[in-house]
Formats: sequence, C-alpha cells, structure tokens
Amino acid sequence: MLKTGTIYGINGPVIYLKGNTGFSMSEMVYVGKQQLVGEVIALDKDITTIQVYEETSGLRPGEEVVASGGAVSVTLAPGILNNIFDGIERPLERIAESGGAFITRGVSVDSLDRAKKWDAHITVSAGQYLHGGDIIAEVPETHAIVHKCMIPPDMEGTVVDTVPDGSYTIDEPLITLRLQDGTEKQLTMTQKWPIRVPRPVHHRFPASVPLITGQRIIDTMFPIAKGGTAAIPGGFGTGKTMTQHQIAKWADADIIIYIGCGERGNEMTQVLEEFGELTDPRTGNPLMARTTLIANTSNMPVAAREASIYTGLTLAEYYRDMGYDVAIMADSTSRWAEALRELSGRLEEMPAEEGFPAYLASRLSAFYERAGMMHNLNGTDGSVTIIGAVSPQGGDFSEPVTQNTKRFVRCFWGLDKSLAYSRHFPAIHWLTSYSEYLNDLSHWYQDNVSQKFVDYRNRLMALLNQESSLLEIVKLIGSDVLPDDQKLVLEIARVIRLGFLQQNAFHKDDTCVSMEKQFLMMDTILYLYKQARTLVTMGHPMSVLKAENIFDRIIAIKYDVPNDRLELFAQYHRDIDAFYQRVLEKNA
Amino acid sequence: MSIEYLGLSSINGPLIALEGVQGAFFDEIVEFVVNGSERKIGRIVEIYEDRAVIQVFEGSENMSLKNTHTKLTGHPMEIALSPDMLGRTFNGIGQPIDDLGPIVSTLKRDVNGLPLNPVRREYPRNYIHTGISAIDGLTTLIRGQKLPIFSGNGLPHDQLAAQIVKQASLGEDSNEQFAVVFAAMGVKHDVADFFRHTFEESGVADHVAMFLNLANDPVVERLITPKVALTVAEYLAFEQHMHILVILTDMTSFAEAMREVSSSKGEIPSRKGYPGYLYSELATIYERAGIVQGVEGSVTQLPILTMPNDDITHPIPDLTGYITEGQVVLDRPLHGQSIYPPINILPSLSRLMKDGIGAGYTREDHQDLANQLFSAYAKVGDARNLASVIGEDELSPIDKKYLEFGKEFEERYIGQGPEENRSMIETLDLGWELLGRLPREELDRVDTKILDKYYKPLETES
Repeated sequence: MLKTGTIYGINGPVIYLKGNTGFSMSEMVYVGKQQLVGEVIALDKDITTIQVYEETSGLRPGEEVVASGGAVSVTLAPGILNNIFDGIERPLERIAESGGAFITRGVSVDSLDRAKKWDAHITVSAGQYLHGGDIIAEVPETHAIVHKCMIPPDMEGTVVDTVPDGSYTIDEPLITLRLQDGTEKQLTMTQKWPIRVPRPVHHRFPASVPLITGQRIIDTMFPIAKGGTAAIPGGFGTGKTMTQHQIAKWADADIIIYIGCGERGNEMTQVLEEFGELTDPRTGNPLMARTTLIANTSNMPVAAREASIYTGLTLAEYYRDMGYDVAIMADSTSRWAEALRELSGRLEEMPAEEGFPAYLASRLSAFYERAGMMHNLNGTDGSVTIIGAVSPQGGDFSEPVTQNTKRFVRCFWGLDKSLAYSRHFPAIHWLTSYSEYLNDLSHWYQDNVSQKFVDYRNRLMALLNQESSLLEIVKLIGSDVLPDDQKLVLEIARVIRLGFLQQNAFHKDDTCVSMEKQFLMMDTILYLYKQARTLVTMGHPMSVLKAENIFDRIIAIKYDVPNDRLELFAQYHRDIDAFYQRVLEKNA
Repeated sequence: MSIEYLGLSSINGPLIALEGVQGAFFDEIVEFVVNGSERKIGRIVEIYEDRAVIQVFEGSENMSLKNTHTKLTGHPMEIALSPDMLGRTFNGIGQPIDDLGPIVSTLKRDVNGLPLNPVRREYPRNYIHTGISAIDGLTTLIRGQKLPIFSGNGLPHDQLAAQIVKQASLGEDSNEQFAVVFAAMGVKHDVADFFRHTFEESGVADHVAMFLNLANDPVVERLITPKVALTVAEYLAFEQHMHILVILTDMTSFAEAMREVSSSKGEIPSRKGYPGYLYSELATIYERAGIVQGVEGSVTQLPILTMPNDDITHPIPDLTGYITEGQVVLDRPLHGQSIYPPINILPSLSRLMKDGIGAGYTREDHQDLANQLFSAYAKVGDARNLASVIGEDELSPIDKKYLEFGKEFEERYIGQGPEENRSMIETLDLGWELLGRLPREELDRVDTKILDKYYKPLETES
C-alpha cells in the first residue's frame, strides 16, 4: 500500500501537503490527477513540502499525492547513449512521439526502450562469487561503446545460473544470484540509482593524464586532467557554449554527457543536428554514438532544471564504473544555481548573498567532488571530468556562483568580453585563467609529447605577460618610442595571440589540433623569436624585420599546415633561416 | 462552476485574497463583478486549501471587501484565436479595443503555452534581409531567432524596429505570408501611435495584430500581454503557416511589473528586488520563438528593452542576453554624433548568424568579412584611446589608418538613412571597400583565398 497525501497549498512549482504523510526525504511522488512527477524536499509534523518537476497550473487543493517508495532515480541500462533526455531522464524523442512538438504535462514514458533487444555476451558463469559492481555481461550499445552490465554496488553473492549469450531486452533476467542471506535474485541489464547519491568507488587516485581537447589554449596553456574539474565563466556572447561544444566534439573522452541546463532550445537542436553529422576523429564513428544529451531548456520547469545536473552526473558515474573516461559538459551551472535560488525563494528560506541560499557553496562543492579519476569496485579504472560553464551576472566574476565555483575547481578558463568583442575566439583570457593541473601533468607531457613541452609553454606565457606590462606603457606613450627588443616582444606576442591562442572552430584544419602540431607550432614561434632577437641585438631595427612577411607566415601556420602534414614544419624553419640571412645580408 | 462568492477577505494593491473557495485550481482565471456592473478578471497565483490569492489584471480600483462578486471560470487564461486577428487592435489581455466587435472562434488556447520539444525544433538557417548594413552584415537576423534590441531612453530603438518591419516585409519570397504581432507593455501613447502609423504607411497594417498595454494601463495586465501576443503568434505561425515577426516593447516595463507584483505578494527578492524567477519568466517568453520541424511558418522575436541607466549589466538586459540568441546594442555616443542607427557593433552579436550566412545563403566571404570588420573596429577603439592620451599626431601610421577607417566605418557602414534599404551585396561590398583603407597584412581574420578575391587596397594619391 503506497503512502498518499492531500494537496493543501500551491505556490508555483512548490506544493504543500497537510499533516504527517510518512513520505521520506527526496522521495519521488506523483502529484494530482495528471501524475506530475515531484520530489519531497522538506518534512514537518504538519506540512510536507514537494517540488514539482512540471508546470503546476491546473492543480487543485484536495488532489492526491502518491509516494513512489523510492528516491528520485535514473534507470541505468543500454540505450542511454545516442539519446536525448529531459532533466529527469525522460526521452524527448518519445515525448514528441506521444505528445507532438510541444511538451505536454504528466507525460508518462519509459526512460529507456524496454522492447528493444540487445546482443548480450555473458561474462560470468555459475558458481562464481560476485562482488558489488562486478561486470556480468557486455552489450555493444553503439558502434563506439560496449556497455558493461554490472551488479548493483550494494549486492554480492554466488552465481546460480546464467542465460546463454543472445538477444535480450533490458528487463529480461540474465543471471540468478544467491545472496549471502540465501535468497536468490534475478538480475537484468537494468539498475536504478538515486540521482543525489554518488555511486560508490574503491578509491580515487590523483590525476596524471590530460583530457586532450584539440584546443590549443586548453591543452597547452591551461590543461585539464581526466577526472578533473574546470569552470568556464563568461558574460553572454563570450563563447561559453561554443567552447563547451568544441570540447564535447573533440575531447578524447570515451563518453560525453552534455547537460543543457536552463539554456536555449535552439542550441540543443544544434548539438543534436551537428553531433549526428560529425564523426569522432579517433574512431570514425558518429559523435552521437558516444554522447548523451540532457536538455532542460530555460522554458522547461525549473525544478527539473535543478535535477538535470544530478541526472547527468549519475549517468556519467555509471559509465565510469564500466571503466570509461567520461566528460560532463554542464551548460550552465549558473542556471542550476538560479534554480536553487528560485526554489529557495518559494520556500521562503533566509537568503544569503544576492538572494542565493546559504547552502549554495556546499551544493556546488558536492557537485564538483563527484568528479575524479577512480579505481572502481570491479577493478577497472575510469574517470568523470566536469566542465561547468558559469554565466556570471553582468559578466562580473565577483558574484557568488563564480566565486564559490572557483573554490572547488582546479581549472579556470576565464572568458573575456573585450577578446570576444574583437572576435578573438576562444576568448579564454591567458592572464586571468589558470590550471592547477599543470604540475601534475608535466610528466605526461614530457613522456608523450616532448621533454621541452612544459618549458616552451612557460616561455610563451612569459612572453604574453611581458606583452601585457609593455602594453601598459604603450597605452601612455605609444609603441613607436619603445626600444627594438621590446617591440619584438610585442610582435612575437602578437604572433602567439593570433597564430596560436586564437583558434577557428569553423576551419577544418584548425578546429581540432593534435598535441604534436601544438608543440611544433610553439617550437616554430620560439625559433622565430630566437632568430629575430639575435638580429635585434645585432642592431637591426624592428622596421626591417617587420618588412619581411615572416611573422604573418608563421601566424598562418594554423591554416596552412594540416594535422596530417606536419613535415611541412621543416620548411618553416628553413624560411626563418632564410629570413635571418636576408636581413643580415641586406643590412651588412 | 456557477458558484459565486460574495465579498473578499483582503485587498493589497493588485492582489486580493478570497476565502472559502471550493474547487479552485492554481492558475485559474476568475471573473469579478464590482458594484454589480464593472467586470474585471484575475488569476489565482497562490492557493492554500480554501484561500486563494488572486491577481487582478485591471487593478483593484473600486473593489471593496463587500461589493465584489467572484466567479471561477474553470479554465486558465485563454484567448480565442482566429486568422481574423490580423489587422485588429487589442488591449493587454487580448480583448478587442478597436470597436470592430469580438473575435469569434471556437478555438481557445492557454496563453502560457507549452515548451517546444528540442528534438522537434528546426535549427534556424534562413536569414531575414533587413536592409540595414549593421544588422545584415554583422548581426544577421535569422528566421526563428530571438534578437533583442538593447537600448536606452531617448535612443531611436522604435525607429529601428519600425524600419526592420518595413524592410523585412518586402522579402523576395513574395508567396510566403508575412505578418507582425506587436505587443506593447507600458509604452507611451505616442510610441504606440508611431508604430501604428508606420504599419499603415508601409502597407502592412492589415497584417498586424496589436496588443497594447500603455503606460497608464494597469500594471498587472502587462504581465500577461507578451504571453497573449505570443500565443497568437504561435497560432498564426504553426497553424496558419505564416512567418511572424513579434515585436515586444518594452521588456523593461514587463520586468518592472513583475517586481511590483512580487513585492506586494511579499516574496523574497533576489537581485535588485526582482523575484528569483525573473530568469524563468523571461525565458518562457523568449523561448517561444523558433521553427517546428516539418511545419511551414516561424516565430521571430524582436524584443526591445531600455537598459536602466544604459547599464548592460542590469539584471533585465543581463538575463535577457543569456536567453536570447544575441543582441543589437544601441549606443548613446554614436547617437550623439547623429549616426543612425546608432548600433554599437562590438557588444552586438547574432548567435545564429554563422549558420545562416556564407556560400549558399549570402556570399562565401560574409563570415570572414564580418570577423575582420569586428576585429578592425575593436582596434579603432584602441587607437582612439591612445590618441586621447598622446594626441593624434603622435600615432603610428597604422594607428592613423585605423582612425580613418573607424570614422568612415561609422559614417558610411553603420550610418544610413531611415528609409535606406541596402541589398546584401551592397552591404558586403561596402565592407570590402572600407577594409581597402587598411593594409593587407592587417587583415588577419580572412582566409587567403577570400582576400585574393575580394580585397582591393584603396588607391592613395601619393
């Protein structure tokens, strides 16, 4: 007999039930005749408070609320990838099939296709003793990913019986397990997990491998580790979403979970369209084959927006448990924080800074701490990397969401308005951004790219810093009066900015760049700097050096050298040598 | 549903409380009869057992605790829909005010609308030609987009919107049906008149549905005005298959009204006293633009908002910018130099532009050209700053070129006549002509092949 309650009051997405209903915290409930999905968020002897994940208009006091008996959970089984869900894991495609182009309320659809048969290969045999998290079957879910069905983390026992390899739906039993208390349990491909509870792991270990994104300013300047956390704050129009899209497309993660949290509908449509057409450069499979989209656009109910972040996280952790590297794009965490604020306001809680609830910081930290490189219960290693966009109010990084996020992430890619205005993309500003992973990852770079990699990277940064202090002077007196060696620093910094940091997402060779090319680009720029500096110290004026078009040739490397023709770099070195000789001879 | 309740429990500004209500639901519309004659309608915004808090659209004037009869209607806020709504004028809650009689239709729709499923959206790709260089060339408007105009008091945003309506209506696909839905929230009488005249002059008046909530009309009413207008727009677009341009002016008044009502409800304020749900409310309005897969017709939104104190970081423009697909920002210094339209292109942006321009849509060089113009104009700003410190004479030759370019760009490219309708090719060619004032090596945003084809340096006398 399920517990029920009666609606007493309604205020937007928050409803109140009178009396002690016996519901438990975070329990999922069905509200009213339309069976709207809701969650218990506060309990009191007299009043039970529920947030409803759908529009509440039309609800009446007196309607019944039925408990589901469990916390708000997601269904975990094959069929998650290459799919698009709303904030509480309802497949939008199915909703559209049943209700048309507009999302109606109280839609009851299964999260995953329960009729579809999947080819399963059973990996355990009778008599084997299994621990929580152990893999029992492998199912090719998409071209790119083999789904590994696991037993729930909180279960262990001996395999009594298995089915032969074959096609099964997600509800058909695969194995029978005798638990320690002697009862027998049939396990299917499906498990459920409450979205607000992190899935358990054996232990976490430090980050040591970078997530390669093909974006130069990230991979070279401010790298993020697999299992790391990063924030991308920026006012509107600075390219947060664009940066997230680029990473989602090109990052070398196995799985991408893209959470569109309170953002634009057209953007989600764009991701759907574009990712369906693009292929993963590493595997040749469509990008959607490794991607799941969670779309809770800004006009969809606010409570589901709050939940969407956790839904995405839980899906990510599930794939991590199979031993995959998963990257989450959360666009945008500010919308999630605002959903917290909105609900907190409806609950008439005491507001802290800027109206945000006082628990904003603890929620944010709990969110980012679910990232990490983990040793899983079943012995595999996997990671969850979280990249959260932040939309600071008024583009001001001192607002609470940005500030609190900064405390919990180790990588900060600050987007800059003036860069965006001059259409320098990605508009990640090299002076305000940082990555704490730089030291952790330096060994990887030295072993896998080049011994000189970190040194080169630091030299580029030093040049950019020098440029910034020189520009302060230029602002006051103009660049003409600077000595030639300083003019050269300005010129080389220009080459670095335009030729290296700026990256064109719409250019086929520039949209994703291999680590090797990134290194060779740095190498070439620094070689040019070395030769030019020698000339300047010998007394050749900058005007002569600039008259040669070598600087612009180097800037154009990003377009002129395709990723698979890196032998062309040798020619650039010869060109720089030739330039050196020409200047020497002309001014001898 | 015929129970009538006599009397009220309390009246507080536009909010009234009624006790002993049976069977009312959240968001239900109620009708009041005041003093036996005056009719008003209201909406239930909060409900606790048998106590309902009702927001009165027409304001609570003349209402007393005793003289009001209240009747539940049993439905949420609805509007009757018909293609005959074009050419008509309505008040802020969709009642005709042009003495042409009521809209007769059996089709009624909840004005709150429903969210469009992202999997059934069609990604907008067709540009709308506006004939305004700064928009066509640099912040191209796309069919199905929501592109607000961020303005300030005293800036010519109304003229700009009117010019867009006039010139966009003369599209090349003459067999496609084009119509305008115009929603005014808290605007002055002369602004409403200005738009009415413009529509008449440009011959689109019989293709316009006007919803007017003027500055002295009840504040609560304007909370529903954009929703009513967009419900009509969605109906005309997706069921009558027209291409609808929705003008919403002024979104600032809408947000102010929300703050006013929220405060009288005793809600906890978040930023600058606006309620915490300001973002969600604005989003439910702006997101009602777009195209549905497989359905002819589109809703394009052109909201206008006046930035309080010209501050783009104020919550209203700020949250709007986060929802809409770009913005066109008007600038007071440019207006001061009598440049019309005074569009400051640097903070202006059209997010959907990249997919609706280029080969096959406008011309292959469009994206590169736009990037280069943005980048060059950003450098103009740097050069001007420098000039203001060290004097123009001390500038390097290249900085001087930028100054020259900046002046020409503002006067000839951004500036144009309020009647001037430039073709896309004119706009693009003008861009190249201006870039011809800069040496080729400065043009670092353009692909070499495109440069070879389009770049022509300006012949200098020396």
